[in-house]
Amino acid sequence: MTVLLLGEVDNGTLNMDATAKAVAACKPLGDIHVLCCGAEAADAGKEAATIDGVAKVLVAEDAIYGHRLAEPTAALMVSLAGDYDHVVAPATTDAKNILPRVAALLDVMVITDVSGVVDADTFERPIYAGNAIQTVKSKDAKKVVSIRTSSFDAAGTGNSAEVSDVATGDAPGLSEWVEDHVAESDRPDLTSAGIVVSGGRGVGSEEDFAMIEKLADKLGAAVGASRAAVDSGYAPNDWQVGQTGKVVAPDLYVAVGISGAIQHLAGMKDSKIIVAINKDEEAPIFQVADYGLVADLFEAVPELESKL
Amino acid sequence: MKILVPVKRVIDYNVKVRVKGDGSGVDLANVKMSMNPFDEIAVEQAIRMKEAGDAEEVVVVSIGVKQSQETLRTALAMGADRAILITAADDVHTDIEPLAVAKLLKAVVDEEQPGMVLCGKQAIDNDMNATGQMLAALLGWSQATFASEIKVDGDHALVKREVDGGMQSIKVKMPAVVSVDLRLNEPRYASLPNIMKAKKKPLDEKTADDYGVDVSPRLEIVKTSEPPERKAGIIVESVDQLVDKLKNEAGVI
Repeated sequence: MTVLLLGEVDNGTLNMDATAKAVAACKPLGDIHVLCCGAEAADAGKEAATIDGVAKVLVAEDAIYGHRLAEPTAALMVSLAGDYDHVVAPATTDAKNILPRVAALLDVMVITDVSGVVDADTFERPIYAGNAIQTVKSKDAKKVVSIRTSSFDAAGTGNSAEVSDVATGDAPGLSEWVEDHVAESDRPDLTSAGIVVSGGRGVGSEEDFAMIEKLADKLGAAVGASRAAVDSGYAPNDWQVGQTGKVVAPDLYVAVGISGAIQHLAGMKDSKIIVAINKDEEAPIFQVADYGLVADLFEAVPELESKL
Repeated sequence: MKILVPVKRVIDYNVKVRVKGDGSGVDLANVKMSMNPFDEIAVEQAIRMKEAGDAEEVVVVSIGVKQSQETLRTALAMGADRAILITAADDVHTDIEPLAVAKLLKAVVDEEQPGMVLCGKQAIDNDMNATGQMLAALLGWSQATFASEIKVDGDHALVKREVDGGMQSIKVKMPAVVSVDLRLNEPRYASLPNIMKAKKKPLDEKTADDYGVDVSPRLEIVKTSEPPERKAGIIVESVDQLVDKLKNEAGVI
C-alpha cells in the first residue's frame, strides 16, 4: 500500500506544519510519497524529504504549476495516481480546490476533512458543522482523502528520503493566475499558531477590532474571528475560525465577544486551553471554556493586555 | 448566457442538530429544512448577473427527495426563471453523494448548455465541499472555487477567491464552474407577490434514471456519533486571576 501525498507548497516554500501533520495522519496507510509541485518546488522537495515517515519525494517543477491552479495540478496527480492506493493532501484551501477534481477524474468519491483514520478504507470526518462525527468506509479502489490537520500532531524531522523528478504535463489552458492579495503580517499563521486571539460580533466594529489585534501581538498570537464578525465586516474572511473557515487547535485560544455558535466551536474546540471573555454569562462559549471571564470586553481586554 | 445554479435542500441553518440514538445518522424527520445558505448566495449572484445584463436566463436544479421542490420554489421566488427537480431518493435521510450529483449535473449541463454553473462552496449538512470541483472535472471545464467577486468579461471571468492567507484573483475560460463563498453578496428575501408568481414558473420533474446515472453511494456510513464533549471549566473573578491561572495552572503564557 502506497500513499501519494500532495505537499503544501506556497511560492516555492513548503508549509511544513500542514504537510507534516498530513504525513502523520497517513502513517497507518503505508509508504508515503510526497509530491511537491510548483513553478519552484525543488527546495520544498528537499525539505519534505526530512519529514519522518516519508519514503520518497517527487518534485514536479514547471511554470504551469505556479499558484497551484486546480486544473494542471489535478491532471498531474491523476497521471501519477495509477501506482497508489491513497491520494491524500492536507485540507488547505488549495487541496480543497484540487482534490475533488482529482477524485472525479478517477471516478471515485472524495473524502474531505478527515479527522481520524480508522483503517485503509475507513475514515472519520465531522459533518453538520461539527455537530456529528461520521465514520465512512469507502468502496472505491482508490481513496482520495483530505486531512483536517488540527486533528493530528506533526510528524518529526531528521529523515533523508530519496528525491526524484517526475514528468510534468501540458498546460490545460483553462485558467490563469492574475494576482494574490495577501495581507503582509508578522503574526504567526492562524492554523499553526501556538496562541490564537479571536474576536466576535461583541467587538462591535472594525475599528475596535484593533484591540483584539493588540492583545494578540502582546501574546505573539495569530488573530482569528467568528463568522459573525466576518459577516459584519469587522475582520477579513481569512481570519474566520469555524466550520466554514479555518479549523485551529492551538495551546491557548482566547475568544473575545464570541457567543460560541456551534459553527465556531467546530473550528476551535480542540484547542488545549480555551479562555472566553464575554459579558453574557449565558453565552454557550462558557460551556467549552477552561477559564471564563464574565466582563465587558472593552474593559477586560485592555486590562489583560497591560498585565501580560 | 444561461446560468445554471444547483441548490440543495438541507437542515435549516438555525436548527439544533440531533444525532439519532442508534448511530444511523442525524434526525431529519419533522425538522425545518431550507436552501443551503451557500446556494442561496449562488442564486442571488445569478439573479444579479441577469439584472446587470451579463446573463439572460437563470435555471435552478435540485437533486434529492421530491420535497426539494420547495427549495426550487424559493429560488424561483428570489428571481430564477425556471427549475428542474431530479428525484433521486425517497427517504429524507438519504444524501446523494457529490460524485453522483456531479454526474447528474453534467447530464443537465449537456442538455441546457449554460455558459456558467454557479454553486455554493459546500453544503452545511455533509460539509463535503466537492460538487462544483467534481462537476468541473467531469465537464473538462475551468473552475473557480470560493469566489467573493465575479466579473464576466467576454469569454472569460475574473474571479477573486478566498484562500488561506488572503485572496487570489484568477481568470477562467468560459464556460466555467464557479463556487461561491460567504462574502460574495447578501441574498434577498423573496417578496410575497414574487412567492405567488413563483408558483406559476415552470418546474420540470425528472428522475436520476432519466439521465441513466447510478446514484448508489461509494461511501458506506458505518456510524454517526456525537462529537466528544468538552467539559466547562471555571469562571474567574478578575483579569488578575485569569492571568494567574494561565501562568501558573495552565502554563500556556
